[in-house]
Amino acid sequence: MQRYQWDWGVLFREPYFGWLLSGLGWTLFIAMLAWAIAFSVGSTIGICRTLPNRWLRAIGTAYVEIFRNVPLLLQMFLWFFVLPELLPREAGRWMKRDMPNPELTSAVLCLGFYHASRVAEQVRSGIDSVAQGLSRAGLATGLTLGQTYRHILMPIAYRLIVPTLTSEFLGIIKNSSIALTIGVLELTNQSRQIESFTFRGFEAFTAATVIYIAVSMVALGLARMFERRSPIKGMMTREANS
Amino acid sequence: MIAVQQVSKWYGDTRVLNGCSTTIAKGEVVVVCGPSGSGKSTLIKCINGLEPFQQGRILVDNISVGDRATNLPKLRARVGMVFQDFQLYPHKTVLDNITLAPIQVAKRDKTEAEVAAMKLLTRVDLEEHARKYPAQLSGGQQQRVAIARALAMNPIAMLFDEPTSALDPEMITEVLDVMIKLAEDGMTMIVVTHEMGFARRVAHRVVFMDMGEIVEDRPTTDFFEGAVSERATRFLSKILQH
Ligand SMILES: Nc1ncnc2c1ncn2[C@@H]1O[C@H](COP(=O)(O)OP(=O)(O)OP(=O)(O)O)[C@@H](O)[C@H]1O
Ligand SMILES: [Mg+2]
Repeated sequence: MQRYQWDWGVLFREPYFGWLLSGLGWTLFIAMLAWAIAFSVGSTIGICRTLPNRWLRAIGTAYVEIFRNVPLLLQMFLWFFVLPELLPREAGRWMKRDMPNPELTSAVLCLGFYHASRVAEQVRSGIDSVAQGLSRAGLATGLTLGQTYRHILMPIAYRLIVPTLTSEFLGIIKNSSIALTIGVLELTNQSRQIESFTFRGFEAFTAATVIYIAVSMVALGLARMFERRSPIKGMMTREANS
Repeated sequence: MIAVQQVSKWYGDTRVLNGCSTTIAKGEVVVVCGPSGSGKSTLIKCINGLEPFQQGRILVDNISVGDRATNLPKLRARVGMVFQDFQLYPHKTVLDNITLAPIQVAKRDKTEAEVAAMKLLTRVDLEEHARKYPAQLSGGQQQRVAIARALAMNPIAMLFDEPTSALDPEMITEVLDVMIKLAEDGMTMIVVTHEMGFARRVAHRVVFMDMGEIVEDRPTTDFFEGAVSERATRFLSKILQH
């Protein structure tokens, strides 16, 4: 058997280097937009699941169960292939013909709404772990339920779940590779492309792996920095004082 | 000022309040005592609408608490409440704990609210701790901050739920002293406590509860010297032993 001849140089030759770069760019782009959706929708749903109103709670639970339990790959196909057919004719036609960059949009929406179901659970557990007594205390001073969430429950809950939110963001970066199945030229897809043009599969996929890891490290580092900058001061000093 | 009329409350099938009636006049101090589980906390939570009740009426300053049309946040803003376990906001400084409701609910100007808060802190003898976080304070200090926080909305009445029972013995006095001062200043107070020394000293009346019922409701000297029901006698002999 012939020994494999490594050729790392291929990664830095045009157009392949450009492909990798643009793949990374799209991966980050998808991940950021999907994160914006996941964070805002997830927070809303998570809050709903903790509210006194029975209907809002039920809606929250239904959302989480649906989005969490359907495989992500299937959701990707549903958004891209099935949703346009289900919508009213005009909207469906618009999605297929005029919607800018349909693959990309579908991928962002799919990842965003899927990860929102997971963020919702994290937000809910964060709120639940802030003692019920604290919301009583807030309400007792005359704060409305909304103000109690805004000034007391959410700031504490978010700071408690920064670590899980961080790994959720890393999860989105990784899961964005599934967008290749509907033709988005993100990082994994681009490295596959390089492989099929150059037969340099080892190099191409190694490059993708290294880039994913590097991006994750950077994101983790940023999250650590954020955590260190905004501790819940009172909670951090409890041990030191008692 | 506060009228409780034939109030009954159920948690599911269990009745926790059973036809409770009493009135508290302006400037009156009423101590509520009774065995664990007798419904003392539930009763005072009903008074500021933190817990709903199914039967009867509660009037606070002639406003019906249980009425659907009542603006509960507005009502609660006028009734201060202090909890057994302090429930200070851990992510806010002592000063911010006190000014949150005045700024958010009463829409007071920030500096004005802080000046008022500093005055309150002086009153509870904690002015040098204004910039600390709750976890940096002892239990007794935290409870005094909680009292200042409740006073910050200039309440017409104060509700205390076992304010000293989570404290180490050496800290009980400092909290009771603040409460005695408040009582002497003419504050209307309902105090759930087993501190009978405090009751003898400042309470105008003592309410004794057992199994969700108000069993005794008498002037303080009458309660301690006069002939009370067998249930109250048994309870008194038990707690006075300690
Ligand atoms: N959220 C709840 N759900 C169901 N039952 C409850 C709830 N809260 C309180 N109870 C029950 O209601 C009864 C009265 O409780 P409450 O807390 O008012 O008693 P308490 O007199 O304050 O007792 P303690 O001295 O222990 O504080 C108890 O039997 C308790 O188990
Ligand atoms: Mg109680």
